[in-house]
Amino acid sequence: MNIEMRLAVEELFGRYVASIDDNHLEAWPDCFVEECRYVITNRENHAAGLPHGVIYATSKGMLKDRISSLREANIYEKHQYRHLGGSVRIVGTDNDLIDVRSSFLILRIMHDGETTIFATGEYLDKVVSTDKQYLFKERLVVTDSQKYDTLLALPL
Amino acid sequence: MTEKPNNFLPLEWPTNRVTEIPFRVFTDEEQYALENERIYKGETWNYLCLEVEVPEPGDYVVSSIGETSIIVTRDHDGELHAMVNRCVHRGALLCLDRCGNADQITCVYHAWSFSLKGELTGVAFEKGVKRQGGMPPDFKKENHNLRTLRVAEFAGLIFGSFSDAAPEIEDYLGPEIASRIKRVLCKPLKVLGRNTQILHNNWKLYVENTKDSYHASLLHLFFTTFEINRINQSGGIIVDSSGGNHVSYSKIDEVTTNADYKSQSLRSSKENFNLEDPVLLDGVDEIGDGITLQILSVFPGFVLQQVRNSLAIRQILPRGTTKTELVWTYIGYADDDPEMTERRLIQANLVGPAGFISMEDGAVGAFVQRGIKGVEEDNGVVMMGGHTAESVPYRATETSVRGFWKKYRTLIEGQAPNA
Ligand code: FES
Ligand SMILES: [Fe+2]
Repeated sequence: MNIEMRLAVEELFGRYVASIDDNHLEAWPDCFVEECRYVITNRENHAAGLPHGVIYATSKGMLKDRISSLREANIYEKHQYRHLGGSVRIVGTDNDLIDVRSSFLILRIMHDGETTIFATGEYLDKVVSTDKQYLFKERLVVTDSQKYDTLLALPL
Repeated sequence: MTEKPNNFLPLEWPTNRVTEIPFRVFTDEEQYALENERIYKGETWNYLCLEVEVPEPGDYVVSSIGETSIIVTRDHDGELHAMVNRCVHRGALLCLDRCGNADQITCVYHAWSFSLKGELTGVAFEKGVKRQGGMPPDFKKENHNLRTLRVAEFAGLIFGSFSDAAPEIEDYLGPEIASRIKRVLCKPLKVLGRNTQILHNNWKLYVENTKDSYHASLLHLFFTTFEINRINQSGGIIVDSSGGNHVSYSKIDEVTTNADYKSQSLRSSKENFNLEDPVLLDGVDEIGDGITLQILSVFPGFVLQQVRNSLAIRQILPRGTTKTELVWTYIGYADDDPEMTERRLIQANLVGPAGFISMEDGAVGAFVQRGIKGVEEDNGVVMMGGHTAESVPYRATETSVRGFWKKYRTLIEGQAPNA
C-alpha cells in the first residue's frame, strides 16, 4: 500500500466533506464516477442484510437530482453539517477498486446556532483512480443509530 | 397527584363541530394522560408489527401502544399473543431487544419466567433457600400472568387492543378501508428495511398531516418542480363511518392542465426542471388499477402507503406531548425479483426521513408546535371542503382531518361531535 494512494484517498475525502460542509453541494456529485452507488443505511439494516437506504442512489445523475431538489423543491430550515472523520483504513485493493473504511461524526448546526450530534457511523467505500483524480465508485454510509432527527436533507 | 387520569376533564372545545381545533389539544399534559386511557387503552386497535416479522414459533417483537412497551410473540402452537412488556413482580421491562427468538421470557431482575402466552411459569426461590424464605402458600402463580391484550391479524398486519369492547378488526376498519389494505397487502411480504424519524411535535400533528391531502402539492414541491404530478390529477378521499380511518388515492392524469396552479401564483409552479436520471419514475402498475398513490390510515397511529412501487408502513408513537417517533418499515412482496426490489428501493427515495416528497412532513409538525407556544388558547381552522367528514371524489379538502377529530372526540368525550 503506497503513501500516494492514501494521500489521494484522503484528498477525495476532503473534497467530499468540503462540498457538503461549505455548502458547495453542486460539487458533491463530482466526487463520484458516473455509474456509482451512494446509499445511506443503518447498522441494524446492514447487519440484517436489509437493502433499504434512506437515500438510495444508483447513478451520478441521481445525486445531481438530489441536489437540485434540495436547492429548488424541498423545504427545510437552514442548517449545515460539520463532518469529523476518524482515521482512514485502506482494507484492500482489487484491480482498480480500493476498499476504504473510515468512521465519521456529523454535527448539525441549525441557523439559530443550535448544535447537535446528527449522525455517527462508518463509510464503506469503493474508490477508483481515474486519470485525473480519485473518485467514489460506491459510498455506503452506515449510521450507528437507526433514528434520524426531524429530516435528512443534506447528504451525510 | 391522587386523581387518576380518567378523572381529568377533557379540554373544552369551542363548538360541537370539528372545524375549529383548540391548540391546547397539542400541548396539554392532562389531555395527553387522558389519551392514554381513552385512546391507546380504549376501544381502538393499534398496529404492532407485521406477521412476517414473527414467522416462527418463539419469535418475538417489541413494539408500543402509546408509550407502553408491548411484546408480540408466536407461541409453539403458532398462535400470536401480545402482552405488556412489564414483569408482574416489580414491574421491570422484560424484553430488552427489539426482536428475537426464545422459548420463554425471563425477567433479568429476579428471574421470574413466563411462557410465550404470558403465563407465569417460574418464580426463583419459590420454595425458599434451605427452606427459609420463599413465597407464602397463598401466592398462586396462575394469578400472576402478564397483562395480555387482544390480538387481531389482518392481511399480514398484527394489531393489539387493551379493550374488550373494541369491535372486531374488520368492523373497526370498515369495508372500504379493509379492501384498500388488501389491495396493497395482497400477498406475502418481505421487509426491505426500517428506520425511525424523531419528530418534535405532538403525535396528533403528524396524524393530521398524513390525513391532510390539501397540503400535499403545496408543501411538497418535488413533483411540481420537476413537472411530474399535480393535485388536479383524478383521485379522492374515503373516510370510514367512524371518521378515524381514511384512504387518499390518486391516478396520474396526463391531460389535466396546470392552469389552476398558475392562477394561484404558487411557489410550487416553478418551471423547467428535469430529472437527470428519471429511473426514479420508472414505475410499473403492478396492482393494475392505475392508482399511483394510496395513503391509508387507521386510527390512531397506523399508515400504509403506496407511492408508485414504494410500499411502507408507518407507526406513529407518542413520546410525550411534544415528541413523536415515526417508525418506518419499508416492504416489498416475498416473490419480488431483484429488478422489482431495486425499483422499490430507488422509488423509496421519494419517502422516509430524506424523501423527496416527505421530508417536509418531518418538520411541519414542529413548526406548528413552535407556532402555538404560549398562545394555546386559540383555535386552528379545518374548513377546507366543508364541515363534515365524508368521502369525496377530490383531494382539495380537509375531510379526513375532520374525520380524525370526529373519532378523537368520540373516544375522549364519549359522544360523537357534529361532523
Ligand atoms: S421485577 Fe421481574 S422478577 Fe422481579
Ligand atoms: Fe406530506
